[in-house]
Amino acid sequence: MIHSLFLVNASGDIFLEKHWKSVVSRSVCDYFFEAQERATEPENVPPVIPTPHHYLISVLRHRIYFVAVIQSEVPPLFVIEFLHRVVDTFQDYFGVCTEAAIKDNVVVVYELLEEMLDNGFPLATESNILKELIKPPTILRTMVNTITGSTNVGEQLPTGQLSVVPWRRTGVKYTNNEAYFDVVEEIDAIIDKSGSTITAEIQGVIDACVKLTGMPDLTLSFMNPRLLDDVSFHPCVRFKRWEAERILSFIPPDGNFRLLSYHVSSQNLVAIPVYVKHNISFREGSSQGRFDLTLGPKQTMGKAVEAVLVSSQLPRGVLNANLNASQGTYTFDPVTKMLTWDVGKINPQKLPSLKGTMSLQAGASKPDENPTINIQFKTQQMAISGLKVNRLDMYGEKYKPFKGIKYMTKAGKFQVRT
Amino acid sequence: MSASSAFNDEKGGSSSVGEPEYGHDPASGGIFSSDYKRHDDLKEMLDSNKDSLKLEAMKRIVAMIARGKNASDLFPAVVKNVACKNIEVKKLVYVYLVRYAEEQQDLALLSISTFQRGLKDPNQLIRASALRVLSSIRVTIIVPIMMLAIKEAASDMSPYVRKTAAHAIPKLYSLDPEQKDQLIEVIEKLLADKTTLVAGSVVMAFEEVCPERIDLIHKNYRKLCNLLIDVEEWGQVVIINMLTRYARTQFLNPNMNESLLEEGNDKTFYGSDDDEDEEEEEEKKSEAPMPKRKPYVMDPDHRLLLRNTKPLLQSRNAAVVMAVAQLYFHLAPKVEVGVIAKALVRLLRSHSEVQYVVLQNVASMTIKRRGMFEPYLKSFYIRSTDPTQIKVLKLEVLTNLANETNISTILREFQTYIKSMDKDFVAATIQAIGRCATNIGEVRDTCLNGLVQLLSNRDELVVAESVVVIKKLLQMQPEKHSDIIKHMAKLTDNIQVPMARASILWLIGEYCEHVPKIAPDVLRKMAKSFTNEEDIVKLQIINLAAKLYLTNSKQTKLLTQYVLNLAKYDQNYDIRDRARFIRQLIVPTEKSGALSKYAKKLFLALKPAPVLESPFKDRDHFQLGSLSHLLNAKAGGYQELPDWPEAAPDPSVRNVEVPEWTKCSSREKRKEKKVEKPFYSDSEGESGPTESADSESDSASGSEIGSGVVGSVSGTASEESEEGSESEEEEEEEEEDEKDKKMTMKKELKKPVQESESEQSSEEEEERKHERKKSKARKSDSESESDEDEDSESESSQSESEDSESEAEVKKKKKAAQSKPPSKPVKKESKKEMSLLDLDDFEPAPSPQVTPLNSFLSNSLATDLEGLSLSDAVLSPATLSPCSALKSYELLHRIRGEGLSVEYCFSRQPFSPDANMVAVQMQFTNNATSETKNLHMEEVKLQSGMRVKEFPEIELLPAGETATAVMGIDFCDSTQAANFQLCTHTRKFFVSIQPPVGELMRPVFLTENEFKKEQGQLMGMNELSEKLTLDAECRNEHAIVQRVTAAANLSRVPCGSDRECRFAGRTVTSGSLVLATVATKEEAAAQLTVNCEKMVIGTMLVKDVLLALTQ
Repeated sequence: MIHSLFLVNASGDIFLEKHWKSVVSRSVCDYFFEAQERATEPENVPPVIPTPHHYLISVLRHRIYFVAVIQSEVPPLFVIEFLHRVVDTFQDYFGVCTEAAIKDNVVVVYELLEEMLDNGFPLATESNILKELIKPPTILRTMVNTITGSTNVGEQLPTGQLSVVPWRRTGVKYTNNEAYFDVVEEIDAIIDKSGSTITAEIQGVIDACVKLTGMPDLTLSFMNPRLLDDVSFHPCVRFKRWEAERILSFIPPDGNFRLLSYHVSSQNLVAIPVYVKHNISFREGSSQGRFDLTLGPKQTMGKAVEAVLVSSQLPRGVLNANLNASQGTYTFDPVTKMLTWDVGKINPQKLPSLKGTMSLQAGASKPDENPTINIQFKTQQMAISGLKVNRLDMYGEKYKPFKGIKYMTKAGKFQVRT
Repeated sequence: MSASSAFNDEKGGSSSVGEPEYGHDPASGGIFSSDYKRHDDLKEMLDSNKDSLKLEAMKRIVAMIARGKNASDLFPAVVKNVACKNIEVKKLVYVYLVRYAEEQQDLALLSISTFQRGLKDPNQLIRASALRVLSSIRVTIIVPIMMLAIKEAASDMSPYVRKTAAHAIPKLYSLDPEQKDQLIEVIEKLLADKTTLVAGSVVMAFEEVCPERIDLIHKNYRKLCNLLIDVEEWGQVVIINMLTRYARTQFLNPNMNESLLEEGNDKTFYGSDDDEDEEEEEEKKSEAPMPKRKPYVMDPDHRLLLRNTKPLLQSRNAAVVMAVAQLYFHLAPKVEVGVIAKALVRLLRSHSEVQYVVLQNVASMTIKRRGMFEPYLKSFYIRSTDPTQIKVLKLEVLTNLANETNISTILREFQTYIKSMDKDFVAATIQAIGRCATNIGEVRDTCLNGLVQLLSNRDELVVAESVVVIKKLLQMQPEKHSDIIKHMAKLTDNIQVPMARASILWLIGEYCEHVPKIAPDVLRKMAKSFTNEEDIVKLQIINLAAKLYLTNSKQTKLLTQYVLNLAKYDQNYDIRDRARFIRQLIVPTEKSGALSKYAKKLFLALKPAPVLESPFKDRDHFQLGSLSHLLNAKAGGYQELPDWPEAAPDPSVRNVEVPEWTKCSSREKRKEKKVEKPFYSDSEGESGPTESADSESDSASGSEIGSGVVGSVSGTASEESEEGSESEEEEEEEEEDEKDKKMTMKKELKKPVQESESEQSSEEEEERKHERKKSKARKSDSESESDEDEDSESESSQSESEDSESEAEVKKKKKAAQSKPPSKPVKKESKKEMSLLDLDDFEPAPSPQVTPLNSFLSNSLATDLEGLSLSDAVLSPATLSPCSALKSYELLHRIRGEGLSVEYCFSRQPFSPDANMVAVQMQFTNNATSETKNLHMEEVKLQSGMRVKEFPEIELLPAGETATAVMGIDFCDSTQAANFQLCTHTRKFFVSIQPPVGELMRPVFLTENEFKKEQGQLMGMNELSEKLTLDAECRNEHAIVQRVTAAANLSRVPCGSDRECRFAGRTVTSGSLVLATVATKEEAAAQLTVNCEKMVIGTMLVKDVLLALTQ
């Protein structure tokens, strides 16, 4: 399956290579560099590149290209999904997945890659299992290891590998038993010129942080499970039970994990928490353009809209923007023509606005398109779809855990066309 | 002692100094001598007897390998440490060995004995890793050793080691393909393995070594299907892909009668919910009589595969979802394929690489099955932040989805895209518009006009692309559009893009008779600039000249000569050739002979219009989701997806011999004989008729497999049912099972020779009783274990489900005509339950599954089914508007009205003059002594949007008389009052009518399914629910229905459950749906849920209904 892996940084250097079968010369990456040159934007490099003898499948994460070399037929998503899993694992281990972090921990990276794939076929990708095999580097452990001479590598087969719950190791112990669940929903929307919603969908996840002793068996029920008609689960969730009773029943992995993600499609009605009034215009023959933007809350169920950030890619002809923000600060990058306005919290009494003029290149004709406006925001204590957790019960263990649940709504790909 | 410590210190110091150089500076070390020194340094460290030093050295070496630097000269020093006690050193040495063994084969042999020792180690991790490394060393001499090791490991106790053995198989195969036969034996053995851990890996090995040996799968097919859900995700992908191919060789095409099915038939299934009963679908299929051809009956194994893969659409792993999607696409009956659309659309939120692959596949699917994705059209709308390659793919999907009904929305969307800053994307959009125009005749002119407008765009690329597309469109009907051709002729002055210029010239040449005046002029201009043109333009100039010469030689003869002369001396040989060829053809000389006679025919032949089609057409002959599909070229190792067989091969090859001595096997077998549809129950392990028996015989591994899914209820549940006090939920489940079964039975019955129903059922009962005894017996011995360890008992739960089924059957007989006893909800697992801190105040809800209970009421099968629809009074809207129950309100009191009193009520009849108005019936009573004349309305004051249809004037109302009149008011779905003046011949009275919210709607009739579907779409903020305690007089269903319908003008929706009453209506003005549900619980508790798009109405309705139910 996966023959080799090359890690390429933003400047086009291969800074790590790993081979699971015979060595493939790194010159194979030349095809990749060629494609990279052809693509105008970094994200436009095609994920699959055929070369005379191999196929290159790459993903771009954190400005690093992970280029996998394969030799024969394999589902491309298989490789892509695996590469993303590798990145997630690195992030899990080192906190960040940057070139520096990988270079600093090159040995751990190598050990990880060795465990994750055998002969190019995934062997252990579950982070719980990996962490038992190779302990994540911490300052304390490094010090202990240098003194005692003990190692980072587990000697026993991880308990998870053989059990029917491979995602959880046995013998977990905590003094404070706690389980936290975060319901985070992102709104993807396209709003048209007149303010009506063209398409809006909700992408929600429930992220959990479970620190419970032993082998707890949890059930989580919802007030309105009917909302969840398009879901994907962590493998720990018992699917049959969900099908029959609409209850999430699972033995949780230890630590942080994504319990489920769900999708409320555009066929449903989605409430939009903010509205934008805009007036962006360029006049023919004039070197000035008007820019006028006002934000306001809408359908927020009384919750404040926070961390609002507006960004817009202005047309190439714009030289500079001379604007006045009633709240927050704005920046305009004259090179990339990117206008960003950090609004902060929206005060419904005094709506934030950004007004002023844009100066255009003299003599240049009026840009034929108006910029689209991307908005980011956050609303705490509310899940816009109306999803609500009913209760959480634990079976199989005797103690009483501490439980918490948090709701949040964010903007995903939220775009306003002007 | 002191010396050694000094040595260590020194080493330690040097290493720490050297460290940054090794770790961080890949560019250094160009000088050989220093390189040597460094390696000497490392060698010394490796030779030392301190593990920490060795570790340090190995870490540096691994860092070198990672950077791609050559560390092969250290091989002898490293290989010595293969037996090192320190496990981390050992691991790193393994890493090194695997990397360099191929280059240093002789030295590598030194390490072999260590691995051979490792293979015998009691620690399974060490055994496994020894095998891993041994098999990864690509040294041909050790092939026999590897073979032996693999064989041994394949029968190891530990499944982890067996998994490693499976991984080793393809390694050995790639090293020495000669070993194939022996390896197949090992694969065969491992395929029979029952652990999920091994399954994925061995199928992977199978795919790499012997994908053609389909026969090896037969015996394991059912097992693989059943294990699938518990296999790790990567294994799932491989298994699903393999099973897709397998199914293509073994089963019949489920769509072979496709042409006979009406198109409308599958439409209803597109939006099908996940929880839709598959059995029902299956029945529908088999039920539908297929004329001519023999009816298609799906092989149960085929169904098994489809059913067991479906849940995996919910996997978090995109590759698994894609694998299932392709399986459904290639294997499922057309009506069922729809389920994958939702899952694929969900993947579009993932990383852009995932999107890229998914969109490619969606694009292929949309060509064949457009309807599937139509509901998700908007999910493919393009954002300005998408990468260009994603944009182009989405555009492709949108184009494929375009049809007569949605084309206007799509074109409007395209219009936005054309303004984008991303010019490549704009060009692609123009192409897409062109394709829409060719495919959908209705919009062709609109598209053409739009494209013509683009010709005046400032961006040249846009103009050029439009020209090319317009050219293609014009070819379809040139006569109509000569003005467009003229317009384009003008463009030649400005457009510089060669392709566009060439297109224009071709157009003018082709249709020169439509533009007889302009064409020669264009040629003149072109002749002038000929030498500066690009090659394709030059060729088209020659072409144009030739065509004009043939049609209009008078004006263009000289020009043509000139152009041909220029071309004769062109640098490009192609152009010189063309010129020579054309000259011979059009200018008749003695030499040219007969051919020139046909010149006109050659040049001015009618050319067929090009067909603009998707690049994804016919791509689905590659298996979807594969690399080959993505590249549209066969990749190495790609296994063709075989065509369906004409006749199905023998299905019995998949049967597994079952040892006779297990009780249950005989039971299972009998069941199989009796009814040939073993799929009515979804309970674990029952699916494969023989497989479950198999897993039971192997108790250790069997329990391991099943327990992941089986809930932890089995222990307590079985106890409870033993005592006869069953929990509510269970009972319902049973009944559902039972009912399902009956449904299937009934349908079955229709087909074969009419057996008497009673006979059949009694026979069945006999059978069941028998079973029951057996399972009882079985249970007693399984129970002893199950109480201790509930989690591992897949077996007991299975027997339990059997048991309860039969029990229910017996009970049903007894209860025959009895109505359902008052429910005694026993909380499940109450003994074990540790009620934790409640997250919300909570009332234990009954099982959310709605189960029709009617089957309880009746005895025989036939009445059973009838009962479904007739048992309870399903109130149709007509019966729901009894005028007597209408509440009347006072409009004008008799004192204030000086003897005239007016009352009004909402008659709930449709107001015929205007359907959007609420009918208000008014009753005028004249209590005065004199008569009242000219009763009419005036000065209607309304909120914006509201309208009133006045009642006809009452000319005379004698004293003591009563008159009625009806007026209509459009309240605009608000409870704002309508104010007006009521005038008599003497006085005017200010009055107002304010409607209760319940009157702002009219009943609609929905079926239960429609109701659920609609409710599903009105969630979130459109849903309001409220808990309530029912009034003492309002505890039965009838009372609830009465009160709700009195409070609001809704109609009852038939509902299977007697604990829920549902109502539906639409608001009068906007027609928005209003759905209300009253779910009763134990005692007087109940929950009211109202779903309405208009939130205000919803909130008010909740209040009103609440009031009605609690008072």
